[in-house]
Amino acid sequence: MLAYIIRRLLYALPILVGVNLITFALFFMVNSPDHMAQAQLGIKHITPEAIAQWKAERGYDKPLFVNDREDSEGLLTDTIFFEKSVKLFVFDFGKTDEGRSIATEIKQRMIPSLSVALPVFIIGLTVNICFSLIVVMFRASMFELAAMVLCVAMFSISGMFYIIGGQFIFGKTWNLVPVSGYLHGVDALRFLILPVFIGVIGGIGGGTRLYRMIFLEEANRDYIRTARAKGVSEYGILFKHLLPNGLIPILTGVVVIIPTLFMGSLLTESFFGIPGLGSFTIDGIQAQDFSIVRSMVFLGSVLYIIGLLLTDISYTWVDPRVRLS
Amino acid sequence: MLKKALTILCISTLLFGCDSAQWNNPHPSGDEGKVVLYSVFSAKPKNLDPVRTYNLDESTFIDQIYEPPLEYHYLKRPYVLQPMTLTAMPEVRYFDKEGRELPTDAANPAMSKYIFDIKPGILYQPHAAFALDKDGKPYYQFSSAAESARFKKLEDFSKTDTKELVAADYIYQFRRMADPTLQMPIWNIIEQYVQGMKETRAEIVEYRKNHSEGWIDLRQFDIAGIEEIDRYRFSVTINGKYPQFKYWLAFHFFAPVPMEVDRFYNQPGLADRNISLSYHPVGTGAYMMTKHNPHEEIVLERNPNYHENYYPSEGEPGDREKGLLDDAGKRLPFVDKIIFRYEKEAIPTWTKFLQGYYDRSGISSDSFDQAVVVNVEGIGLSEEMQSKGVRLNTSIEPATYYMGFNMLDPIVGDQKAVDKEKNRKLRQAIAIAFDEKEQVSIFRNGRGEVAMSPLPPGLFGYRSGEQGINPYVFEWKDGEAQRRSIEDAKQLLAEAGYPGGRDKTTGKPLVLNLDTTTGGSGGNARQNWLIKQFDKIGIQLNIRATDYNRFQDKMENGKAQIFFWGWFADYPDPENFLFLLYGPNGRVGSGGSGVNSSNYDNPEYNRLFDKMKNMEDSPERLEIIEKMIALYHRDVPWASSFHPQSFVLNNEWMKNYKPHGISQVTLKYQNIDVNLREQRRAEWNKPVLWPLFAMALIVIVVAIPGYKAHKRRQTRRGKD
Repeated sequence: MLAYIIRRLLYALPILVGVNLITFALFFMVNSPDHMAQAQLGIKHITPEAIAQWKAERGYDKPLFVNDREDSEGLLTDTIFFEKSVKLFVFDFGKTDEGRSIATEIKQRMIPSLSVALPVFIIGLTVNICFSLIVVMFRASMFELAAMVLCVAMFSISGMFYIIGGQFIFGKTWNLVPVSGYLHGVDALRFLILPVFIGVIGGIGGGTRLYRMIFLEEANRDYIRTARAKGVSEYGILFKHLLPNGLIPILTGVVVIIPTLFMGSLLTESFFGIPGLGSFTIDGIQAQDFSIVRSMVFLGSVLYIIGLLLTDISYTWVDPRVRLS
Repeated sequence: MLKKALTILCISTLLFGCDSAQWNNPHPSGDEGKVVLYSVFSAKPKNLDPVRTYNLDESTFIDQIYEPPLEYHYLKRPYVLQPMTLTAMPEVRYFDKEGRELPTDAANPAMSKYIFDIKPGILYQPHAAFALDKDGKPYYQFSSAAESARFKKLEDFSKTDTKELVAADYIYQFRRMADPTLQMPIWNIIEQYVQGMKETRAEIVEYRKNHSEGWIDLRQFDIAGIEEIDRYRFSVTINGKYPQFKYWLAFHFFAPVPMEVDRFYNQPGLADRNISLSYHPVGTGAYMMTKHNPHEEIVLERNPNYHENYYPSEGEPGDREKGLLDDAGKRLPFVDKIIFRYEKEAIPTWTKFLQGYYDRSGISSDSFDQAVVVNVEGIGLSEEMQSKGVRLNTSIEPATYYMGFNMLDPIVGDQKAVDKEKNRKLRQAIAIAFDEKEQVSIFRNGRGEVAMSPLPPGLFGYRSGEQGINPYVFEWKDGEAQRRSIEDAKQLLAEAGYPGGRDKTTGKPLVLNLDTTTGGSGGNARQNWLIKQFDKIGIQLNIRATDYNRFQDKMENGKAQIFFWGWFADYPDPENFLFLLYGPNGRVGSGGSGVNSSNYDNPEYNRLFDKMKNMEDSPERLEIIEKMIALYHRDVPWASSFHPQSFVLNNEWMKNYKPHGISQVTLKYQNIDVNLREQRRAEWNKPVLWPLFAMALIVIVVAIPGYKAHKRRQTRRGKD
C-alpha cells in the first residue's frame, strides 16, 4: 500500500503544476500587474511611478512566462510564474498584496471554516442517511412518494434562498439566533447554529435522494431477502445489513470531501460573516490579489488529491475484497 | 403522563418567554456600562499609514486617530477650517524672489510661508514606541529578527508610555513624504509647491542606494522649505501662492508621525508579523486603534491622553432646533468605544440595523422601499421606520458623477475633428436627449440632484436657480429648469450632419459606443433605458460592457467614446472640480494618471483655470469661474451629470449626527443614549419560542403514526 501511496503522490505533482499553470494563465488573461497595482493603490492620484514601484516591491515587474533579457538559466526562472509558483510546492504561500502573511491567514481562518463545515458534514451525513433509510423502510408507500416529492422540491431550491430565508425567519422574525457574525471561543456556538442548521436542511433533498437510491439497490439483493426470510427485524435489516453494505458507494462521494472541508464555503461564509477560508478566497478574487487566489487554488487542489487518495484507502477498509496495488 | 409533559411545556414557555435576554445579539458581552458605537465596514482598509493612504476605506479609521494641523468645523456650512492641534490658524506671509516680505493681499508672491504654532501639552496615545528604560533609551530595541520573534502582535509589548506632540513630529512626517518607498499619493502636488522636497527626495534615494537594509533616521535629511522655529513652532515655505494648501493641511497626510514611532516599527522582524504603521496607527486624536482584524472587526477606544477639545457651540441656522447644539461646550469625545464589524452582505447588515444592533445605516437599493417613501410631498421615512424612531439625514455630497465624451474621438470629440462646430452640436443634441433626472429617479431612487456644472452645491461658484442653468440644454420655465424639447435636439443633430440620426453624406445610421462596466440583470434594465435615450433622436447606441480592467485600459488609451465617471471632492474649492476639465490633466496626455477623463482641452478654459486656481475667493474669481462654466456649457464635454445625495439612517438613540461631505473627523462628536438603546433592543428582540414547540409537536405528530405504520408492517410481514 505504501508503494501505491507514494506512486499516487508522485502522480499528483504534474497535476499540481498543471493546476498552477492554468490558474496563472486564467488570472493574467483578465488581469495585468498594472491592474492589480491600480486595484491596490486606489483610484485617485495614481502615478505611473507608484504603479512601477508597487510592482517592483511585489515581484510583478518581471515577464509572465519567459524572460528574454536573461540567459538560459534565467529565461524561465526569472519570471513571475516561476517565482510565484515554485514556493507553493514547499507550502510557502508568501504574503498577500496588502502584505499580510497568507500562512497566518490560513491558520487563523481554518478554524472558523471547519467550525461550520464539519458539523454540517457530520450532522448532514447522519441525517441524510437516516432519512433515506426511513424512506427505504416505507418503500412503495404514499410516505415514500411524499418524501421524494419533498426532496425534489428541497433539492430544487437555491442555497441562497435557504440562507436568506433562514436569516429572515430565525434571526429576524423569531429572534432566536444572530442573523450573521462570528465570535471566537464558546461565543461562536450561537453564531454557528443557524449556518449549520441551514447547511444541513439545504443538503437533505439531494442527499436523501442519492442515498435512498443506493440503499434501494442494496435492499433488493439476495442477502437482504435471506435476512428477511430468517425473520430479522426491519431495524436489524436496515442498520446491521443494509447500512454497512451501502456505505461503500457512499464513501466514494464522502471521503473525498473531508479534506476540502478546510476550505470552507464561499456562499455560507460570505452571507453569515464567518471569517473563514471561503470568504478569504472571495476577498482575494474581488481584490485581484493573485497571491491569495493561487494559494487557495493550490491548497484546494492538494486537499482534493488527498481526498481521492483517502477514498482509495477507505475502500480497502470497508471492503476487504479491494486491494490497492 | 401527558398532563405532566404539558405542565413542563407551559412552565418552560413562560420562563423563556419572560427572559429579556437578546438571543440574536451579535455583539459580545463585556462592554456593559460603556458608551459603545456599533458600526460596519464593507471594504477592508489596505494601509493605515497616514502618508500612504488616500481612500475613504482607511480615512474612516485613521482620521479619528491622527491629528493634522487643521480640521473642518463639524457644524458650519459652507465648510470652514479651524485649528486642530494649533493655537490659531497658521500665519501666512508672502515674499518676493529676493525674500522681501510682501503685504498680505499680494496677488503673485514668489513664495508663501506658513507658520504653525502647536498647542503645548498634547500627548500621544500610550504606545510601546514611547517606552524608555531607566537610561532613557528605547525600552524595546532589537538588533535581529530572532530577538523580536517572541512579540507576535502589538499587544505583546506590555510596557507603554507617551510623549508630547512637538514641531519636530510634523517635520518628520514631511520627511516621510519625501521618502519614495512610502509612495505618497499627492507627491506631485507636494514636490511642486513645498520648497526643497524634491531635493530631499533625491538625497534619500541616493542614501538608500548604500543603505538598503534597516531603519533610516530621516532626521538627517533637511528640507529647505521647512524650519523648526522652536519646540512648538515650525514653518513651511511653498512656491508662489497656493490657497488650497490650507485644505491639504486638514488631511491625514500632514498628521505628525514622530521619529520614535518610525524607529519602533522599522525594527527587524516586526513588519513580517504585521507590526507596522500600516496596521497599527499611533496618534494624538480622540481615539486609538486597539484591535485591527480586517476580516472580523476593527476597534477604536478612547485615547486616555486626549487633549482638551470641546463640542462646538455654534453651527449653521437650524442646528439648534435639530438638537445639534445640545452638547455645546462639553468635552469630547462622548463615545468610549467604536466597534466596526466587517459586513460584506447588505441584507444581514440592514437586518441588524433594524434590530438595533447597528446604530447607523445607509440605504441600499434593496431596502430603499422599506425605509423611505417618495411622494409629492417629498422624501420621508416609511411608517415602519417612523414607528422605530429612526431619523433620516440627507445631504448632497460634494461629488459629481457624469456621462462624458472622449474629446479625442473623431465623431463625438473636437480635438481631432474636422468640423468642431458640427461635433459640438452632436454633443449638445445628446445632452438634451439624455434625461438625467429620470435616470436618477429610476436607478438611484431619486438620490441625486441634476448638475448644471461640475461644481456641487456648497462650493464657491455654485449657482442655483435660473442663474445656474445650462442654457444649451435647459430653459427656465414655470420657475424651474426644464430640458429643451426633443425637437430642438433633433434640429441640432441635423445641423451636426445627422438628420434623423443618419449620416447626411453616406446615409448610414449614426452608431455611438458607450463603454461601461455595468452588468447583471439590473444592468440590463439600465442599458435598455440608455439605448432609449439616444433613440429619442434616432442615434443607435452600442453598449460595450467590459470588465473593469479593460475599461481602464480603454480610458487610458483614449479608446472609449462615451463613458461614465465621477469625482469626489478632496477639498471644498472650485479648483478641485474645474481641474477635471483642465487640458494638461488629460487622461491620455498624462499617461493615465490625469483626472481629466474627457481629455477636454480648450486653450481659453485652460488659461482661465491657470488664472483662477490660485486666487482667493473674490468677485473676480467668481467672474472667471462663470466664464469657465459658460465654456463647459457650450462645449458639452460631459453629456450629463448629477450630484449624489446621501441618505443615512440613525437609530433613535443617536445624537449629534450631521453629515460632513469632506471630513471624516466626525466620530468624536457622536453621542449615544445607551439606556434608550438597551430598552429598544430588549423590546425589539424578544425571542419567539412558540415556533420551536410547534416544530417539536409536528415532529411528534409525524413520528407517532410513522412508528405505528412501521409496527403494523412488521406485524403484517410476520403474519405473512
